[in-house]
Amino acid sequence: MKKQKPDNLKGFNPFNQLPQEIIFTILDLLNSNPLDIKSFSLACKSFYAAESKHRTSLKPLRQEHLPSILSRYPNIAHLHLTRCSRVSDTCLSFVSHACASSLRSIDLSRTHLFSASGLLGLALNCNNLVEIDLSNATELKDSAMAAVSQAKNLEKLWLARCKSVTDLGVGCVAVGCRKLKSICLKWCLGIGDLGVGLLAVKCNHICYLDLSYLPITSKCLSPILKLQHLEDLVLEGCFGIDDDSLAVLKHGCNSLKSLDVSTCQNISHNGLSSLVSGAVGLQQLTLAHGSPVTSSLADSLKKFSMLQSVKLDGCLISYDGLKTIGNWCASLRELSLSKCSGVTDEGLSSIVTRHKDLRKLDITCCRKITDVSISRITNSCNSLTSLRMESCTLVSREAFVLIGQRCHLLEELDLTDNEIDDKGLKYISRCSQLSNLKLGICLNITDEGLIHIGRGCSKLLELDLYRSVEITDSGIIAIAQGCPGLEMINIAYCKDITDHSLLSLSKCSRLKTLESRGCSMITSLGLTAVAVGCKELTKLDVKKCPNIDDAGMLPLAHFSQNLRQINLSHSSVTDIGLLSLAGISCLQNITILHLKSLTPTGLAAVLLACGGLTKVKLQAEFKWLLPHRLIEHLEARGCTFQWRDKVLQVELDPKCWKLRLEDLMP
Amino acid sequence: MDLKERVCGELQKEVPKGASFTNFNTQHQQKWEDPSSTSDYSTRIEPPFQAFNQTSQTQSLLLCNNQIKVPMQDGSVNDLLQASKIQDWDPSAMLNNLSFLGQKIHQLQDLVYLIIGRKGQVLGRPDELLVQQQQLVTADLTSIIVQLISTAGSLLPSVKQTLSAATTSLGQCGEYGGVVFPSSAQGLNDGVQPQNAGGSKVSEPPNSVDITSNNGNEQSNHIIEEHELKDEEDAEEGENLLPGTYEILQLEKEEILAPHTHFCTICGKGFKRDANLRMHMRGHGDEYKTPGALAKPTKESSSEPTIIKRYSCPYAGCKRNKDHKKFQPLKTILCVKNHYKRTHCDKSYICSRCNTKKFSVIADLKTHEKHCGKDKWLCSCGTTFSRKDKLFGHITLFQGHTPAIPSDEIKAAPAGTSDGATNKVGSVNFNLSSYVSSESEVQSSSMDIKGGIDDAVGYFSPLSFDTCNFGGFHEFPRPTFDDSESSFAFLLSSSCNYSQKSGEE
Repeated sequence: MKKQKPDNLKGFNPFNQLPQEIIFTILDLLNSNPLDIKSFSLACKSFYAAESKHRTSLKPLRQEHLPSILSRYPNIAHLHLTRCSRVSDTCLSFVSHACASSLRSIDLSRTHLFSASGLLGLALNCNNLVEIDLSNATELKDSAMAAVSQAKNLEKLWLARCKSVTDLGVGCVAVGCRKLKSICLKWCLGIGDLGVGLLAVKCNHICYLDLSYLPITSKCLSPILKLQHLEDLVLEGCFGIDDDSLAVLKHGCNSLKSLDVSTCQNISHNGLSSLVSGAVGLQQLTLAHGSPVTSSLADSLKKFSMLQSVKLDGCLISYDGLKTIGNWCASLRELSLSKCSGVTDEGLSSIVTRHKDLRKLDITCCRKITDVSISRITNSCNSLTSLRMESCTLVSREAFVLIGQRCHLLEELDLTDNEIDDKGLKYISRCSQLSNLKLGICLNITDEGLIHIGRGCSKLLELDLYRSVEITDSGIIAIAQGCPGLEMINIAYCKDITDHSLLSLSKCSRLKTLESRGCSMITSLGLTAVAVGCKELTKLDVKKCPNIDDAGMLPLAHFSQNLRQINLSHSSVTDIGLLSLAGISCLQNITILHLKSLTPTGLAAVLLACGGLTKVKLQAEFKWLLPHRLIEHLEARGCTFQWRDKVLQVELDPKCWKLRLEDLMP
Repeated sequence: MDLKERVCGELQKEVPKGASFTNFNTQHQQKWEDPSSTSDYSTRIEPPFQAFNQTSQTQSLLLCNNQIKVPMQDGSVNDLLQASKIQDWDPSAMLNNLSFLGQKIHQLQDLVYLIIGRKGQVLGRPDELLVQQQQLVTADLTSIIVQLISTAGSLLPSVKQTLSAATTSLGQCGEYGGVVFPSSAQGLNDGVQPQNAGGSKVSEPPNSVDITSNNGNEQSNHIIEEHELKDEEDAEEGENLLPGTYEILQLEKEEILAPHTHFCTICGKGFKRDANLRMHMRGHGDEYKTPGALAKPTKESSSEPTIIKRYSCPYAGCKRNKDHKKFQPLKTILCVKNHYKRTHCDKSYICSRCNTKKFSVIADLKTHEKHCGKDKWLCSCGTTFSRKDKLFGHITLFQGHTPAIPSDEIKAAPAGTSDGATNKVGSVNFNLSSYVSSESEVQSSSMDIKGGIDDAVGYFSPLSFDTCNFGGFHEFPRPTFDDSESSFAFLLSSSCNYSQKSGEE
């Protein structure tokens, strides 16, 4: 009896008792980290099988592996092929047979090589397909659209930059895919009024329509505005639409919630009011880079009580315009005035004192505002979650204390190129919800302030310290200890930073992006620590780090299996170090300029060995040194080359660099 | 901008620019009589494409000679020219024309030989004879060139029209305008001619009709009237005349179908139109030449109240028959004729271009033939449209109809995948393991590029000849797909005539 018991226990697997639903729920919770899922599936056969059944979304790196992956995962509903630079028709036909009715969405943006016949297979075999993204397929023609139109259940179609598609192609889609809800035709320069008009007539369910930069006129607008369910309309850069033709339209679209008419210089307040007339539920309006915002334009939007978000980036704004916005009946949640000339303390004050509910405010490059505005903003808008105020150079260092004192809910704060100092940082560290902090080119901040941030802002995910030259190791160590969830850090050109910082950053296991350009003190030792500690590292920039050499590449290749992008320009890495990187199967984007000991043969071997490369930046001289056939072969494999021939520039002193920048400014 | 459009644009611009006609002639002569160049081409030409290549050759020679090169302008896209695909031309008619031209050239050659021969004997004679001879040769050459242009023009239907404008505007050869175009039209309308024959002079080819109508004499009024009336049959639907307020006339079937209604009382010759009869009468004596006799007989009915005349179709059961319950009268005799032929007669006129469309009224055929082949906007239901907006209007109206993608693109797409893409991928997969084998892949891709170039050459046949002189590329088999900016780029880089790149957008 005693002997049998352990035998029973041995054969007994508690997970066998669990119903599949519970295992799936567990897996759902694991989904945040791909490495966890991987370890789960490698635990035992039953887990492997469970994980195979559970997974519905795939983002493969190479099309060659698709057959084996798809046979492992039978329930794939979402297939992202964006990382495969080439997807052939054969591959698509395999997908269409393997996934068949389970496939619901496929993303083919940024991939090439496939054609109409591959799409036809998908459309015919995958009858549950509702989403297709074909953006950037510049070579696709109308025949491909005819193939897409066979997908009768399609609800979402993205065709951005499909330049060869004409009205005929979009006409086929309009007739074939009657259930379309969202469609993006941005940059499809071959499509005009006829195609868009037909689309609006045939597909009554459209609720999202992106017509940016199309050569359309107002002729197609009247059927569009008759669409019953249209909520989102993007007309960015439609230069053919002007006030006169808009005036003919009798009424706007009632269901419209979001309208984007940025860069439409020919639409002034008259045209705008005829576009939005009747759209009582309008919530979001983007007028960026359009006609000047005057009081009459602001007046025409006065009565929209549901309006929540207004973007006026790059517009010329008058004081009257700002004042009128302040008198709107709606209470704005989001306001963007970035690069608006004409924003003054008075104008901004009149807005923020009325719109107290403001959550997001963007006043990037509003160079005329001073402490007065900051005081008003912080006084009235206490619930701000995002404040972007890059290059507000007249704002003095005392004003930042107010931000820290009054806006505790801030999650995103962009203080790039400002006068903030350690005292300001001390107060800003009170914003405990802060997740994204940009302190680039803040020359007045030192480790002292950063230590405060490290203590107070434990939820920090992104930190930008680009060219904040006073920062040294102790500040970074404080951040690394205080913010364990850090995902992105930029310490470029903080020249005093050494390996100690990297050693401490290696404790941030979620770190995905590390940019340490021009940190001449860091060595391969520090990089090794990061490689070992930060398993999720995907982007690494160690340009102009002369002490980084092959010794750093070997551990990187061994531990950082998720690395996708690397910049090794001006480092001391040689052929051997580069060749070892071939072990990283994810590696797609590599920049290797000015590597002294790089030889053509070594480079050829590297390029051949890194099978997944899609983008390589190289010195132009290698174009002639590498065999022409090799380059052709690599290009056929889906790799694009960017040849650079820039002369090395001597690095300037950071402070003098900023002075020069200010000289350049008007 | 599409290369093809641009090339066509150049063609169009080049031809009218040959305004200095004499200059044109001499150059042409020199080139034409250079036997080496012609034979060189003809030996290379493959038999099945002989006729085709000849035309392109002649045309290219012609364009070559015209040295007034128009610099590339970012020209307006000419819609007409887009349609100028060399699909709908009659090779046999072309061959006839060309051989006829060949004979003429040979005759001229003999003449020039004769002149040269004589020149030796008649040294010292006054130059008068020489001048006369020169004029003779020039006149002959001009006629050859004009006919050549018209022949080439018939190849590109849209160019034909611009040429007609060009040639007539050139005062020097304005007289040929009337001569040349009917001949080219005859070449095209070969199949129609037997039926036309019955109509003798009256049923002239359409172009000459247009020319006469341009002259603005009285006859043209009638012709215009006829065209208007033809359409009126449909427009009349809305007319609401109360029954009894008009007189109903009914012509018999034989009367309707009689070819002529106006007969000369002297010689008995029949005419369709009274105006033509009056013109004819002038030949029978001076009394018919008076303005009074030639003028349109004025209606004297203005004094008494006119009874409105309406016509009934003799076909029993027809809606246009007076016994029909919802009788709708026809307005004029011409309406009756056209209605009867359209509705109750066989459609005996077949379009010689498409060989599918049939008509019972010859005017309908002519209208159709003017546009036949130009209807490039096709619906899935088979209906063709000459304009894109008409097609889209049609699709908007009918459920389930879709725009049909031009067949050349559909052909191109599957070919591209089966030949180019999949092969390439296959070899790429193979190549991942070994570097050596990448050679095969590279080769295949380079072949693809060549194919693309060859295609471009073939596609723009008449012009690529003279602009870039590819020559050797024609030895490659015809390609399977067109596309690729790269092939265009290659084409352009090797041809120095283009200053701009067309690949970029």
